[in-house]
Amino acid sequence: MHCPAYNDETPTDDQRVNAMELRINQKTYQVDADADTPLLWVIRDDLGMTGTKYGCGLAQCGACSVLVDGNVVRACVTPVAGVVGREVTTIEAIEADPVGKRVVAAWVEHQVAQCGYCQSGQVMAATALLKHTPAPSDEQISAAMVNLCRCGTYNAIHAAVHELAAQPAAKESV
Amino acid sequence: MNSPIDIPSELRDLKLDQPVNLSRRRFLAGSAIGALVIGFGLPIGSARVQAATAVTAERGTQVPAFLEIRPDGTVRLLCPFMEGGQGTFTAMAQIVGEELDVEPAHFLIDAAPPGEAYVVMENGLRITGGSMSVRMSYPTMRRLGALARAMLLQAGADTLKVPVGELSTEPGKVVHAASGRSVAYGDLAERAMDLPVPDPASVKLRDPSQFRWIGKPVRRLDAYDKSTGKAQYSIDLKVDDMLHAAVQHAPRLGMTVGGLRNEAQVKAMKGVHSVHVLPGAVAVVAERWWHAKRAVEAVQVDWQEPGADSKVRTMPADFSSDAYRDHLAAQTGPARDDENEGDVAAALKGAKTQVEATYHNQYLNHGQLEPPSALARFNSDGSLEVWLPNQAPDMFRDDIAKRTGLAKEQIILHSPLLGGFFGRHFLYDSANPYPQAIALAKAVGRPVKLIWTREEEFVRDVLRPVAVVKFRAGLDEKGLPVAIEAVSATEGPTEAIAGKQGEKIDPTAVEGLAGKSYAIANKRIAQIYVKGPAMLGYWRSVGNSLNDFFYESFLDELADKGGHDPFELRLHLLRDNPRLTTLLQAVGELSGGWKRGPFTAEDGTKRARGVAMASPFGSEAAVIAEVSIENGQVKVHDIWQAIDPGSIVNPAIVEHQVNGAVALGLSQTLVEEAVWVNGMPRARNYDLYPILPPSRMARVHVRIVESGAKMGGIGEPPLPAVAPAVANAVARLTGQRARSLPLSRHTFA
Repeated sequence: MHCPAYNDETPTDDQRVNAMELRINQKTYQVDADADTPLLWVIRDDLGMTGTKYGCGLAQCGACSVLVDGNVVRACVTPVAGVVGREVTTIEAIEADPVGKRVVAAWVEHQVAQCGYCQSGQVMAATALLKHTPAPSDEQISAAMVNLCRCGTYNAIHAAVHELAAQPAAKESV
Repeated sequence: MNSPIDIPSELRDLKLDQPVNLSRRRFLAGSAIGALVIGFGLPIGSARVQAATAVTAERGTQVPAFLEIRPDGTVRLLCPFMEGGQGTFTAMAQIVGEELDVEPAHFLIDAAPPGEAYVVMENGLRITGGSMSVRMSYPTMRRLGALARAMLLQAGADTLKVPVGELSTEPGKVVHAASGRSVAYGDLAERAMDLPVPDPASVKLRDPSQFRWIGKPVRRLDAYDKSTGKAQYSIDLKVDDMLHAAVQHAPRLGMTVGGLRNEAQVKAMKGVHSVHVLPGAVAVVAERWWHAKRAVEAVQVDWQEPGADSKVRTMPADFSSDAYRDHLAAQTGPARDDENEGDVAAALKGAKTQVEATYHNQYLNHGQLEPPSALARFNSDGSLEVWLPNQAPDMFRDDIAKRTGLAKEQIILHSPLLGGFFGRHFLYDSANPYPQAIALAKAVGRPVKLIWTREEEFVRDVLRPVAVVKFRAGLDEKGLPVAIEAVSATEGPTEAIAGKQGEKIDPTAVEGLAGKSYAIANKRIAQIYVKGPAMLGYWRSVGNSLNDFFYESFLDELADKGGHDPFELRLHLLRDNPRLTTLLQAVGELSGGWKRGPFTAEDGTKRARGVAMASPFGSEAAVIAEVSIENGQVKVHDIWQAIDPGSIVNPAIVEHQVNGAVALGLSQTLVEEAVWVNGMPRARNYDLYPILPPSRMARVHVRIVESGAKMGGIGEPPLPAVAPAVANAVARLTGQRARSLPLSRHTFA
């Protein structure tokens, strides 16, 4: 009827349970989780960092966007075992990153957020873009900023990212 | 009104010495305990709060129930309205702060608990909806600030030992100009809040010409927290000893659980605490939500068809949204008139030209990005605490009392920030998770947080209604409309929630067909009530979201048939209405002067423009859209919107709300549709239920017109004119008149 991926699956007890070490926001955490648990739920429920949001669970909306080794990924479909040995950054530490700090400042300056639920993911996506491409073109911005926002803050996001893209260095000294 | 006011959990817990691990705890951790002895922050049973709230007072005058002024001058306001993105917390800080004489940035705002004290709307309600928060409470919330200021002035007089008449205020302090002395509000708060609230008639409100914050683009209070993941929503909350739950709903509403085929196997799955059968659902409780979700999806349920005694609206196995549209189209009556002026039948008969057309729209989901959740905890004193997204706390509390048999006073309801709402969080039977969360918490004897997956949300979300509207109109020899008739076969959301037709027509069924200002001498707006099996609800801009599309599109058809430009025809039909004439001219100017096209844009694309108007929720809106066709589909380049809400509180927030409403309006125009087949939604997630992506957003240009008319709403009014403006532009460009939405169902050349 729904979620055939699980309905057709015979539940078993042999899912691997791992004590694993995660690097998140430059700290090391010991977690016990099934290897295939999405990173999102480890971050939210096991580690109590709720800034990363659950929206769809299918990598459709982007509310769960985090950085893994500087690349934006959707934590709702990223098995936790896949990030062992890698550096995860969540919205909680975004201002520790100089680019992330500028993105947050631009988000506030442009008064982007309405309900705010998608904005953690939007800020992560913008940060990843600008870390790789400090002065992205319109096409690069459009290709990177694809997270959904039901409040329709797209134009404010657009304005914020374009301002950051136009002044990659000017604000570095601020 | 003897019920004591509900006290936030952390205060109860301070008294009861129970551990608490809530987000709002941080709020307290940063404030001196001393702050808690003033105003709202008194332990339960406190004489001061009881005195403030036990007496039946005029609305919005129980100052200590709303305001807590802290030693550092920060003002905590318990707001009667929920913040879900529409900016009401910031607006309330502007309104109260203006009269209290405190900068809006110094406010900390939380949603107030249920209770009579917070019923501040002029219509005697307390809900967050209908674009009513600011417009229905504006004078009352100003007066609240002024009353608190008067109390601070009196406390200042007592402290400085001078007559109160010699004192004035500056932001955050009472000033004695003669001696050059001043006292900060934070130092006066305790004394002030001990004073009786003055006679509401005795306070003078600030002259609007002296406003510092009302009417100004004051920055949102929540912008930083929402840009850094610090804002907490219901889904984020956690209390000690809490278990997590997930559900699998019956595929069709009304079906019941016959049995579980693999219960033992599911119980043995990792992390599973327990498996529960609920009305129309199976739940798994676990230490971790992910385990609960995986386990509940593995449950194999024997679903039984609904019995005749089903307490919920049942969904038949043969229901489909397309067939239901045909069913609506086949209805012939009886119809009830909502508006009937002149003699439509005679005018149609005498008209030179008759025009007929049939329109329909689609079901929609709310698609708010935060999936529904509820956290329930039974406390050792017999009280029940529930954290949940809601737009009407008193209604939810009363419903919980009814369901649990507890007294209202035993129910503590918390209303966190809403991760979007758009009408989703009203009281809809079977569409909210809190009854399940409460049942589970009771069953397991521990607090339970239930989160609905997106898939379980899409199968229980209430739908924006559908209608099939048959229009007839007559044109005179000049091609001008002399008669218009619209008969809508539909079920409005309000009558759907009630489960029956009311004495009068449900205004939410016909608004947008009814209430038009065009001078057409003979008109009839009628409804054929058709009760359907789908659960319906309010969706941003409600009846206007569909009806203005129908009416304003058909009006363009009349213009074309009569040989008139649609912009000029509207001006003609509004010639005796200066407010709407001004508004229409304003949007024309904003767009650089009305030009319908088609024309070739600088990038070589062929484009056209369409215009439409709407009068929703006490405001007036006019929209011009510019479109082209790209690969057979509509591309909307620009939306110009002039909006007249009478007067406003925050132009920046208004502009953002127009942007948001345009986005949702474009979403329903271009891509969005809840298709049902075999009694079930085809889409259970955003993969098959597209909502507007950034690539389909248009540039939005806003002009706010403050006509000085009675204040109207702003959250919903910018939405309804978007769809018809786009459809009218597309018709001009392609010659194809789209009489249904979304436009993705049509192919354009």
